[in-house]
Amino acid sequence: MKLTDIQSKVHSTFFKEHQKKLYQSLEDKHTTIEELDDGDPLTTKMVLNMGPQHPATHGVLRLVLQLDGETIEKTKIDIGYLHRGVEKIAENKTYQEFMPYTDRMDYLSPYSNNVALCTAVEKIANVEVPERAHYIRMIGCELARISSHLLWLGTMVMDAGAISFFIWTFKEREKIYDIMDRIGGHRFTISHARIGGVANDLTDEAMGSIKEFVEMFPKELKDYHKLLDRNRIFFDRNEAVGVLKTEDALQIGATGPMLRGSGFALDVRKFSPYARYNEVEFEVPTRLEGDNLARYYVRMEEMSESIRIIKQCIDKLPKGPVRTDNAKQAYPSKDEVYYSMEGMIHDFMMTDTGICPPEGAECYHAVESPKGELGYYIQSDGTGHPWRLKIKAPSFTNLQVLEDILDGEMVADTVVIIGGVDPVLGEADK
Amino acid sequence: MSNELNLSEGLQKTIKNLTETFPDKIIEVYQSSGDTFVRIEADSLIDICSHLKNELHFIYLSDVFGIDRYTSDERFEVVYNLLNLRDRVRLFLKIRCDEENPEVDSATPVWKAASWNEREVYDMFGIQFRNHPDHRRIFMPEDFEYYPLRKEFPLLGIPGSIELPSTTPETE
Repeated sequence: MKLTDIQSKVHSTFFKEHQKKLYQSLEDKHTTIEELDDGDPLTTKMVLNMGPQHPATHGVLRLVLQLDGETIEKTKIDIGYLHRGVEKIAENKTYQEFMPYTDRMDYLSPYSNNVALCTAVEKIANVEVPERAHYIRMIGCELARISSHLLWLGTMVMDAGAISFFIWTFKEREKIYDIMDRIGGHRFTISHARIGGVANDLTDEAMGSIKEFVEMFPKELKDYHKLLDRNRIFFDRNEAVGVLKTEDALQIGATGPMLRGSGFALDVRKFSPYARYNEVEFEVPTRLEGDNLARYYVRMEEMSESIRIIKQCIDKLPKGPVRTDNAKQAYPSKDEVYYSMEGMIHDFMMTDTGICPPEGAECYHAVESPKGELGYYIQSDGTGHPWRLKIKAPSFTNLQVLEDILDGEMVADTVVIIGGVDPVLGEADK
Repeated sequence: MSNELNLSEGLQKTIKNLTETFPDKIIEVYQSSGDTFVRIEADSLIDICSHLKNELHFIYLSDVFGIDRYTSDERFEVVYNLLNLRDRVRLFLKIRCDEENPEVDSATPVWKAASWNEREVYDMFGIQFRNHPDHRRIFMPEDFEYYPLRKEFPLLGIPGSIELPSTTPETE
């Protein structure tokens, strides 16, 4: 199919230049997929636009697929429909003010994003975090990982054809929302972490619900395994679909479960441990096949590892403060703010100016979010606002992989493969 | 130079190897908040990248991003975030380019992963990448003519720079 053929059929209302270049790049894309024989009556070449409003694209992802019959010859991905320019916003906010924006990046696991930002700011400004806060953060991060993986599991199985499964995983997600509500007062965009610690200590009620969840969830997980592990339909839809080999995965920079499903055990929690991940025991689930089924097993095992980590955190949870007691680095506690003059002034100063890292300092800190390596690069100019804040978003990197692994697959498998990659467009589009 | 730095064993080897192999291409090696940055001449980017990948095991490119330094010379900086998975080392490679006609070599021949990240740098800062296989904007539409992360771009945006649908429905 030639560009001129597409151009004559497409009548775009907006961004004409953009559409033209997108189709041009689709035509220019180098592919190794062999073209089908022209004599085949089933050969129909067409260009299919999928999204950005397609329900199975998990947000506003747009795929342009060049089809040959039912085979995808080549793919181009168009992102940016959710681009809000958070990096620009960050340059105009104090570090603490910027945190609610991180909730809305990977909105399926807000807690990991908060922690990622806080750890990066703490690294550049040399803030000591109390032991207890580290453990509370780890519990929050692992709960967020389970919550994110549950959504992936529900939607991915739904994409493969089983609707009711979605309801069951959402039942468990609902419990995690309730726990988040008890931890920080918000169900969804929690913003519980603070620079220098966390906002408040875990209440007995929150602790009780976490303990209850940790006891109950492995049973649910076992049920999921029972339903899916020997399910013929699920197997046939996922096995040998969207295969990514180890070398290719490293070359194209796949991250998180994508990379681990392709046989390389890279996990930031082990690579450069942050918080107290070096004090808990856990495995990094890895599979060699690199197909969608491998990613399924990796994520399922990650959920049980998360439960294991939470259990150890609850056992080890030390007593003590949850936020550093240095008014130049972190917000003072509300008791101080309401009942002492200094406390009120410090609270005002933290809100107005915020924490000021040394001039010219730069740092990069990454955490393992449910989607992969989530890193923040911060360059400071000595004021309360970052000079440059760059977010390394795992979904962005994994979508680039998607562009490659879709080539040569069947068009019906597209939604399953997107489900397996598990992108969140709020994060990829920044 | 590397004697003053507090480097881990793996990094020490890397820096030593780099300064010996490319003695006049390394401009500075410095550390900030525990991260190690190596600034190199922009014209030797591909050579140093291939050397890092093939000889020093930096096989994984994590990220590429731009920085607007807002200075009169060498205004833009492009940073490559590299991982050595064998020795567990993270290294940042920096190159600088001028405001007039900012153009650097693309690292895509070395790491395929650089493709989208470099498109993002181009989209946000207007830095051109030579020999890039798919040189387009990534977030903003092609019809947009500004570079939003440059410091002179206003936070509120430029009115009329993006075509929007009319809010009144068309009547026939």
